[in-house]
Amino acid sequence: MRTVESGRVRPVQPRENYLSAGDTVSSWLLTTDHKRIGLLYLASILFFFAIAAAAAALMRIELITPKGDLVASETYNKLFTVHGVLMVWFFLIPSIPAVLGNFVIPLMIGARDVAFPKLNLLSWYLFIAGGALAVYSIVRGGVDTGWTFYTPYSSTFSQTHVISMAAGIFVAGFSSIITGMNFLITIQKMRAPGLTWFRLPLFIWSMFATSMILVLATPVLAITLALMSLERIWGIGIFDPKLGGDPILFQHLFWFYSHPAVYIMILPGMGVVSEVIACFSKKQIFGYHFVAFSSLAIAVIGFLVWGHHMFVSSQSLYAGVVFSFLSFLVAVPSAIKVFNWTATLYKGSISFETPMLYVLGFIGLFTVGGLTGLFLAALGVDVHVTDTYFVVAHFHYIMVGGMVTAFMGGLHFWWPKMTGRLYPERLGQLAALITFIGFNLTFFPQFILGYLGMPRRYHAYPDEFQVYNVLSSAGASILGVGYLLPLIYLVWSLRHGKRAEENPWQATGLEWQTSSPPPVHNFEETPIVTEQAYHYPPLGEEEEHA
Amino acid sequence: MKTPAPTRVYWIIWASLLGLLGLTFGAARLNLGQFNSVVALTISVAKTVLILLFFMHLRESKRITWVYVAAGLFWLGLLVALTLSDYWTRNLAAVSK
Amino acid sequence: MPEPARALAEQFDDLSQQREACELGMWTFLATEVLFFGGLFLAYIVYRGEYPQEFAEASRRTELVLGTLNTAILLTSSLTMALAVQAARAFQTRQLVVRLTLTVLLGSIFLAVKGFEYHKEISEHLLPGAHYSLAGSKRGEIFFYLYFAMTGLHALHVLAGICLLSGMAVLALRRRFTSVYYHPVEISGLYWHFVDIVWVFLYPLIYLIGLR
Repeated sequence: MRTVESGRVRPVQPRENYLSAGDTVSSWLLTTDHKRIGLLYLASILFFFAIAAAAAALMRIELITPKGDLVASETYNKLFTVHGVLMVWFFLIPSIPAVLGNFVIPLMIGARDVAFPKLNLLSWYLFIAGGALAVYSIVRGGVDTGWTFYTPYSSTFSQTHVISMAAGIFVAGFSSIITGMNFLITIQKMRAPGLTWFRLPLFIWSMFATSMILVLATPVLAITLALMSLERIWGIGIFDPKLGGDPILFQHLFWFYSHPAVYIMILPGMGVVSEVIACFSKKQIFGYHFVAFSSLAIAVIGFLVWGHHMFVSSQSLYAGVVFSFLSFLVAVPSAIKVFNWTATLYKGSISFETPMLYVLGFIGLFTVGGLTGLFLAALGVDVHVTDTYFVVAHFHYIMVGGMVTAFMGGLHFWWPKMTGRLYPERLGQLAALITFIGFNLTFFPQFILGYLGMPRRYHAYPDEFQVYNVLSSAGASILGVGYLLPLIYLVWSLRHGKRAEENPWQATGLEWQTSSPPPVHNFEETPIVTEQAYHYPPLGEEEEHA
Repeated sequence: MKTPAPTRVYWIIWASLLGLLGLTFGAARLNLGQFNSVVALTISVAKTVLILLFFMHLRESKRITWVYVAAGLFWLGLLVALTLSDYWTRNLAAVSK
Repeated sequence: MPEPARALAEQFDDLSQQREACELGMWTFLATEVLFFGGLFLAYIVYRGEYPQEFAEASRRTELVLGTLNTAILLTSSLTMALAVQAARAFQTRQLVVRLTLTVLLGSIFLAVKGFEYHKEISEHLLPGAHYSLAGSKRGEIFFYLYFAMTGLHALHVLAGICLLSGMAVLALRRRFTSVYYHPVEISGLYWHFVDIVWVFLYPLIYLIGLR
């Protein structure tokens, strides 16, 4: 097979691309093409996002008034549980990995597909099966334990449909394990000739680190949910004091997974940030090696900090001190990344297309989220603000201000590649701005609320907190508009958007060296890589377009 | 990557495994105090090493495979060690009231 | 006899890349299994540390002879599995099928013995729950909870292994493997040996405490 050096590939625009190759239902539902599977995931996660967002909307409407007068307490408990479970396991965890990762990774490394395409399809079906179980649980009345399922409430006292929800998460967990396995082996074994580790785009480093976590943490969640469910069914279990069991053991097992899970949720976003910043500064990422190793460091150290969710649980104080120290440590590699991205901007040729707006927003919002994480890592401060809205604001800054923003940025960045169409740029920029304003209005007041003492998971509160709650709910409606706009114009662009050429952003990276959309097997000829990632020409010289 | 072991080696490993089984059974009947668990665990680890290296051909595998294997075991170690950091320090005199 | 080329999946460049990827993939899966069982092992370690006497007392009620016999059976099945892989590499189809069948047989005997053990323990009121009684008290119930959970999960994995290896034997009989394409047998072997290793750790933890 004749191979061509990267940078000079002249792919013929094939009439056949992966989208046009088959339009029957079964060509989609039985596909093993990583690009189609990415799109299947995209549609699925949007479905669950919609349900979870509706739950959030109801919560924010309830919280406009101090009295709990929109829904009963039990219903409110079910709302925040549904919101948490669906957002964490059925939206955020699959979002960038299963959608953008699936689509982009083989393209970025010059491969024809992932290592195990059939397993890839299986992972989507497992995701759907898990989701079906979760929806079943919701339809039957929902769960009121919170997404954290703490024992003994979940295992003994709750009268809601815990087991079907836990089963749904269990099954979806195997979906993420398979995705992680697939990515690890794909990146390890299927890079194009010349693509050494340190020539890889940083998105790949992030996805490799994410996959490490997916593979090592998720099985512990699986066994933990199984044990909790067994205790519910059997009437006794290892978390039950009647047998001499310890409910806190559940928390250790649960958070061993769930803390690294938040890094599953943020690392891919950081990968997107690296790609977009380099492209829209037209500059090499500053400190490439630092950023690459920081991804690995976050993945590893992220496993050592879970006890910071248990400072007030009756966990040993000594263990608390150890976990607190390690939690400070994990902030370091994240900070290193933020510094390096900022340095990349310096003296770059910056342009403000939609992906860049989202990514710049990410850097600011993630920094706020990360810094407030440090407040929470300090034992003394945490005793005061744990289980308050301070925590809620902290993790929403990271998850929404960070991850969802990065997801939107990545979606817009690779949209031309995925669909062959350009989205309307002005609308994109407008939506990004609306989202940024709406987001801050929603969540910044929650820092204040938490500091003032408003507990989380309560639907009624003292009158003096109302003004901040109203601000937050107002912000939420603006945020909703910000998310609705892309839904509309992205779908619109599928039919009416301008057709995209193979490299509309003039970005480096192998995925831009093939047509938009790509052919079924990604490349007409296997690329050979001879240059570093982000090999943008030094600024001041014109890049030649042959 | 070394060449695969001849058949003879598999039988020797099998005999060693059964021998270690006998050893662990015998040692359990002696009163070694706290040391009983250590002995039992060490013998289990020894059996595991033999199975990994010879039956699972880790001896002949690339170094990257060793890294993946080590990672799985190491991570289990993290789970156990940090959880025990809670349970083993709960009742220390300075903390309990 | 199928062409070796048919064995090559289209995402791979050559059979050796495919074999290495599949092998590494199986090791990755085994790492996830280590963590999956690991949660149970953690619970065991924590509670044995809390209740050493109760664990020892309860352990004395397990079937030591059967447990030891089962360990020997499983270790032998690992031998037959390793020999099966060797036959696959040497393209000796008949030997491959014989050795896979022996492995499946030994695995099945393991399950039968386990089932007999369970039956005995349940009739002796050692199944945790309303009817549990260790010499009239509820002591050691958490030990037996972990016993049934851990050996039960392990038994499910043995069953899955039996199905997997039977499938391999069928493929071998259908002449699907060649002198260069046999790595499904190799990676099935990895899975089987892993299941053996889990038992190697379970055996002393379940059967051998409190013997002195």
